[in-house]
Amino acid sequence: MTDKHLSTQFDAELSGISTRVLEMGGMVESQIARSVYALTNFSNEVASEVLVTEERVNQTEVEIDRDLSTIIARRQPTARDLRLLIAISKTIANLERVGDEAARIARTVQRLVNSGVSSRLRLPVKDLAYEAELAGSQLRKALDAFARLDVDRAVEVLKQDDLIDQEFEGLMRKLITFMMEDPRTISSSIDLVFVAKAIERVGDHAKNLAEQIIYIVKGTDVRHNPVGTVESLVR
Amino acid sequence: MDVKVDMPVTEKIKLSVRNLNFYYNNFHALKNINLDIPENKVTAFIGPSGCGKSTLLRTFNRMFELYPEQRAEGEILLDGENILTSKDDVSLIRAKVGMVFQKPTPFPMSIYDNIAFGVKLFETLPRIEMDERVEWALKKAALWNEVKDKLDQSGSGLSGGQQQRLCIARGIAIKPEVLLLDEPCSALDPISTGKIEELIHELKTDYTVVIVTHNMQQAARSSDYTAYMYLGDLIEFGPTNDVFMKPKKKDTEDYITGRFG
Repeated sequence: MTDKHLSTQFDAELSGISTRVLEMGGMVESQIARSVYALTNFSNEVASEVLVTEERVNQTEVEIDRDLSTIIARRQPTARDLRLLIAISKTIANLERVGDEAARIARTVQRLVNSGVSSRLRLPVKDLAYEAELAGSQLRKALDAFARLDVDRAVEVLKQDDLIDQEFEGLMRKLITFMMEDPRTISSSIDLVFVAKAIERVGDHAKNLAEQIIYIVKGTDVRHNPVGTVESLVR
Repeated sequence: MDVKVDMPVTEKIKLSVRNLNFYYNNFHALKNINLDIPENKVTAFIGPSGCGKSTLLRTFNRMFELYPEQRAEGEILLDGENILTSKDDVSLIRAKVGMVFQKPTPFPMSIYDNIAFGVKLFETLPRIEMDERVEWALKKAALWNEVKDKLDQSGSGLSGGQQQRLCIARGIAIKPEVLLLDEPCSALDPISTGKIEELIHELKTDYTVVIVTHNMQQAARSSDYTAYMYLGDLIEFGPTNDVFMKPKKKDTEDYITGRFG
């Protein structure tokens, strides 16, 4: 949004709320990284920190939503201003859910640690860390695209969601093998299945965010379209 | 300038503007305007002051002919007939294409006669039918309940919003086909504005309504189609939903989002 409004106050409100979305995005990105760190290091302490920060993530969503209502009520935005605000409303709901996934992982870590499961079981936590790295990078790219309103980068995010899905399926096969080979790992392996699913969902949220960026810039709703057709929709 | 419109083919066109140019002496105020106004719909003209939206509106009933230095070239087809070259008496055209102005302009006579005056020019009605027509027009303009007990009082004693509805009642009493509204709410409070907008919505079942407004929210609320004009050019014309959510031209977007400087 480089062009200025007649009202500089309106410009300030829009850029202010965009900045808060990016802050919230940075917060949940770090939440995911921290929760996966807690998993790979079996750290109860880091998991607790994640759960404490989760409160702040939730609070941020509520505050941004309140600011959105205020701007809409006072400015009666149209066209791309309105699209930006609607997209932000959906984006922060997605970011809040990323926060929820991080909290879910953190709680799983606490359960694993409290039930005495240790790194000696040689669970494939490093593979989960790799999946989390992919999802984190997708989220970062989507937030970056949001900051620059960069459609090309948003399309890239959509295209790369497949990678996480493939990684997730690979992990499933691996965990099933673990469970078959050593039934003592069944309980903790199932926990890891849910962690893998949580990380896979983070990738989906990044994808939703990318779709919203395309909506802001182009006014085209690309949701529920095969990834292959999106590029032709936004040209 | 060529403006492409996504008009559904199902729309019946009431007024067609073809290659219209308009001059105030040497000033070229409308530049080759091409536009189709659909029947029984509300079409809004928006744009900054001096963009030509009122000028365009005033060509639709040849109101500009009152001033010798103003002239229009091109075609304005009302149901296919060019009203600019029509040999009909201009008052017959204005009976088909009624107009309401920015400032309420009640005649200095009773509320009843304000409505009956125009009707008498075109029709000779027995008193009872005239009473019915006056009541019909006032009801249609959502004014009847407020004035039914004081029809013999002067129209200028009404409030601004009531006067404007009286003018709309006067406009529709002669049963025009097209109703032109030039900034009908700019002097009214939000409640009167709300009533007029409600009225516009009801009027479109019987009439084709064209409204000029500076209030973009009003255009967004009350119109089906919106035309954005700038410096005598038609920049964009399309369904109001598209113009306010996803305009095709950057100029339009800048104007409706308040980036116009």
